[in-house]
Amino acid sequence: MKVLMFGWEFPPHISGGLGTACYGLVKGLAHHHQDIIFVVPKLWGDEEPLADFVNASDVTIDYREKRFKKFWKNLTYLEVSSFLVPYLGPDQFKKYTDYAIHDRTDVDESVFSNKFEFSGKYGKDLMMEVSRYALVAAHISKSKEHDIIHAHDWLSFPAGIAAKEISGKPLVAHVHATEFDRSGESVNQVVYDIERAGMHAADHVVAVSQLTKNIIIKKYGVPASKITVLHNAVLDASIIKSSYQKKVPEKIVTFLGRITFQKGPEYFVEAAKKVIERDPNVRFVMAGNGDLLNRMIDRVAELRMGTKFHFTGFLKGDDVDHMYAISDVYVMPSVSEPFGISPLEAVRHNTPVIISKQSGVAEVLNNAIKIDFWDIDSMADAIFALLHYDGISKMFKELGTEELKKLKWEHVAEKLVTVYQKTLSQKP
Amino acid sequence: MRTICFYFQVHQPYRLKPYRFFDIGDDHHYWDDFSNRSIMRKVAQKCYLPMNALLLEMIHKYNGAFKVSFSMSGVYLDQLEAYAPDVLESFQKLVATGHCELLNETYAHTLAALKSKDEFQSMVKKHQEKIKKLFNGYQPKVFRNTELIYSDQIGAMVAEMGFEAILTEGAKHVLGWKSPNYVYCNSIDPKLKVLLKNFQLSDDIAFRFGNKGWEDYPLTTDKFVKWINDVPEDEETINLFMDYETFGEHQWAETGIFEFMKALPEAVFSKTNFTFSTPSEVAAKIPPVGKIHVPIPISWADEERDLTAWLGNDLQDEAFDRLFEMEELVKSIDDDDIQRDWTYLQTSDHFYYMCTKFFSDGDIHAYFSPYESPYEAFINYMNVLSDFMIRVKEKISEKKASQLN
Repeated sequence: MKVLMFGWEFPPHISGGLGTACYGLVKGLAHHHQDIIFVVPKLWGDEEPLADFVNASDVTIDYREKRFKKFWKNLTYLEVSSFLVPYLGPDQFKKYTDYAIHDRTDVDESVFSNKFEFSGKYGKDLMMEVSRYALVAAHISKSKEHDIIHAHDWLSFPAGIAAKEISGKPLVAHVHATEFDRSGESVNQVVYDIERAGMHAADHVVAVSQLTKNIIIKKYGVPASKITVLHNAVLDASIIKSSYQKKVPEKIVTFLGRITFQKGPEYFVEAAKKVIERDPNVRFVMAGNGDLLNRMIDRVAELRMGTKFHFTGFLKGDDVDHMYAISDVYVMPSVSEPFGISPLEAVRHNTPVIISKQSGVAEVLNNAIKIDFWDIDSMADAIFALLHYDGISKMFKELGTEELKKLKWEHVAEKLVTVYQKTLSQKP
Repeated sequence: MRTICFYFQVHQPYRLKPYRFFDIGDDHHYWDDFSNRSIMRKVAQKCYLPMNALLLEMIHKYNGAFKVSFSMSGVYLDQLEAYAPDVLESFQKLVATGHCELLNETYAHTLAALKSKDEFQSMVKKHQEKIKKLFNGYQPKVFRNTELIYSDQIGAMVAEMGFEAILTEGAKHVLGWKSPNYVYCNSIDPKLKVLLKNFQLSDDIAFRFGNKGWEDYPLTTDKFVKWINDVPEDEETINLFMDYETFGEHQWAETGIFEFMKALPEAVFSKTNFTFSTPSEVAAKIPPVGKIHVPIPISWADEERDLTAWLGNDLQDEAFDRLFEMEELVKSIDDDDIQRDWTYLQTSDHFYYMCTKFFSDGDIHAYFSPYESPYEAFINYMNVLSDFMIRVKEKISEKKASQLN
C-alpha cells in the first residue's frame, strides 16, 4: 500500500512527542513493507531513510492554477490569528523564534510560481505555514501516486484535507493531542475548528488513547464507530543501565516535562511538601521549562522547601538520561495527557512511576501507581510508599520492564494497516 | 565649623557560577572566578586605579586639607588580593597619607545585623582584623553597616562594640522636617553619633551627574558650590556618601566626573567657608543636636529606603532563612573552606539578585545582576546552598566520629 503521510516534524529535528511518534509509526510500517511518502514542512537531510521524504519547502507551486486559488481563498483566513503557539508560552516562544525565525519570501499572487521556505517550527507565522503547507499538499497529492492519506495532528490536517480533495483518496486523521489537552477549557477557536474539520473530513480517525477517543466523541462530535484507538509504543524496550551515579545521599523524586497547565506541575509541588514534612531525606526535582516555571519557584519558596526542591531548567541529551537514572520515583501528574511517553522512559531506567489517571499511558502501563492528578494526598502517599516500601518498587521494576517489551511499534503498525484496509474497503 | 564629608563604598561580591542540580554533592567550588576576576579588572581600569591616583594627587596638592573616607568590604579586599594587588597597593598609599579614613563594616557585606547579633559582631571583628593586617595596623573608629542599613537596635549593637559613630541614610520618612546636615545620636545609646547621608547632593553626583535629561545638567563645580552655599548657615556638615564605582563606572569618564572632582576642592576653598573632614572628625568636632529615632531598619536603597531590595519576597526570605539556620552548625566547624564559603554566601548581593520589585521597570537592579531573572538567581543560590548544607553536615558527623574515637 502507498501511504501519503503528512507530519510536522521528524527526528532528529523535533521539539515534541509528535515527531517521535511519527518516527515509530513509520518504522513500524516499513517493517510491514508499506510504502510511505512522508511530507514535512522542512527536511534537514539527516533523517533516517525509512520513507520517501518530501520537503515541502522544495515544492514549487503554480499559483495561477485555478484549483489552488480556490484553496488559497479558503485558507487565507487562517493567517488572521497569527500569534498562535501551540506548545510554547509567549515568553519561551519569543526566545525560541529569535533564532527559529527564518527569512521569509512572501508569496504574492502576482508572482506566478514560487517556493516557500517553511521553518517547520511552532513559530510566529505558524498559521501561515499551516495554510501554505496545505497548498503544497494539494500539489504533492497531484504528482505523487498514493492509495491513502494519513495526517498527523491539526497542523497537517488542512494538508490532509487538501490532498484528499485533489486525489480523492481516503483520509485518516491521527490525533496525538487535542486543543483541550493543550489549553484546558480556554481553547483556541481557530485550532479547534481545524481539528474538527480534519476529523470530520477524515474517513477514519485514529486516537492515541481511549481518553483521547472520548474527547473526540464528546467535544468534536465524531461517531465512536469512526475512531480506532492505537496506543503509542516504545522504539526500544531494553533496560538502560547508566553508569551515572547520583551525588547526593537523599532519594530523588522527579517531574520531567514542560512546566505548563497540561502537565499539572502544581500538584507535584504540593505533594512534595506533604512528603518532606514526613520524610526530610528526599529531594524533589522539577526538570523542564514552561510558562508556569516562575510560579512554581515562587510556590516552592513560599512553602519554604527551597533546599529540598530543585529546578534544573530544560534538560537535553545525556542530562535527560542522567535525570532518569538518579531518580528513585518518577511522577507524571498530567491534568490531561493524550498519551505521555515519558513514564515509559522512566521504566526503561528501572525507575518506578506514578502516573495520573488522566493520561493515555495509564491504559497500557499496569505496573505503575495511578492517581487522580488533583489528589495530592494520594500522590504523597504513593511517593512515600515507593520510597520506603521496597517490595512495591521492586515489583514495579521487574514487571514494568516486562510490560514495556509488549509495546512495540510493529504491533501498532500492524493494527494501522488493518485500519487502512478497512477504510479503503468502505470507500465506494 | 562647616564641612563636607566624603565617604565612598567599595564593594564587589563573589558572584556564583552557574551551579546546576547535578553539581550538588559533587562540585564544591561555587565561585565564578572568571567573571569575578574580569569584572574586578574592568572596574579597576575604569574606576579604582584612575580615581585612587586622582585622590592621591589631590591629597598631596592640598596638603591634607582635602580628605576622604572609604569602606571596603572584606569580600572586596579578598578579591583585591587575588585579582588586583595593584589596586590594593594604591589604597594602601592613600591610607598612608593619613588623610584617608577607613571605616569598619562587616567582612561579608552581610545582612546578619537583621538576624543574629553574634554573627554580625563576629563579621565586624573579622573585618577589623583584615584592615589591621592590610593597612599597617589601622584601627577604624567609625562603622557603616551593609547598604547603610540602620535601626536603633543596630546602632546599640555597634555602640556596644566601642565605635564612636555610624553612617546611615538621611531617609525622608525618618527625618521628617529635620535636616540630615547635623550630627545626631543613637536613641538607645547616645554615645554613638549618627551621620546622615545628604541624599539630594550625594545623588546629584552619584546618579544624576551624567544624565542629560536632568534639568541641572551639566553639573559644574560652580553650580555645586552655589548649592552648598544655599544650605542654612547653622547646618554644619554635608555628608556625601556614595558608591566608589560612581567615578568612571556608573558615571563614565566621558561625563567629566573626574574633572569635576579634581576641580571641586579649589571651588570649595575659594568660594565657601566649608572644609573637608572624615567621618571620625565630624563625629569628634560637631556636637549632636539630638537623638534620631529609627525603630524600623532603613537603608540607602531605592525610593523606599527600606530593606525590600534584599528581603521580603518569598524567594529572598527562603534563601536568607535557610542560610542562617546553619549559623550554629557552621560556628562549630573549624574548616577554612567552610568558613570562607559561609562568609561569601552571606553577601547581600545574592539576595538583591532575587528582588522582584522592579520587574516591569527598566531597572537599576537588572544592571547589577548577572542573572536573567530573580528566579534564576534563586535556583542557582539554592542549589549552591544545598551543597553547602551537605558539606556542613558531613563535617559535623566527621567531628562526632572523631570525638567518639
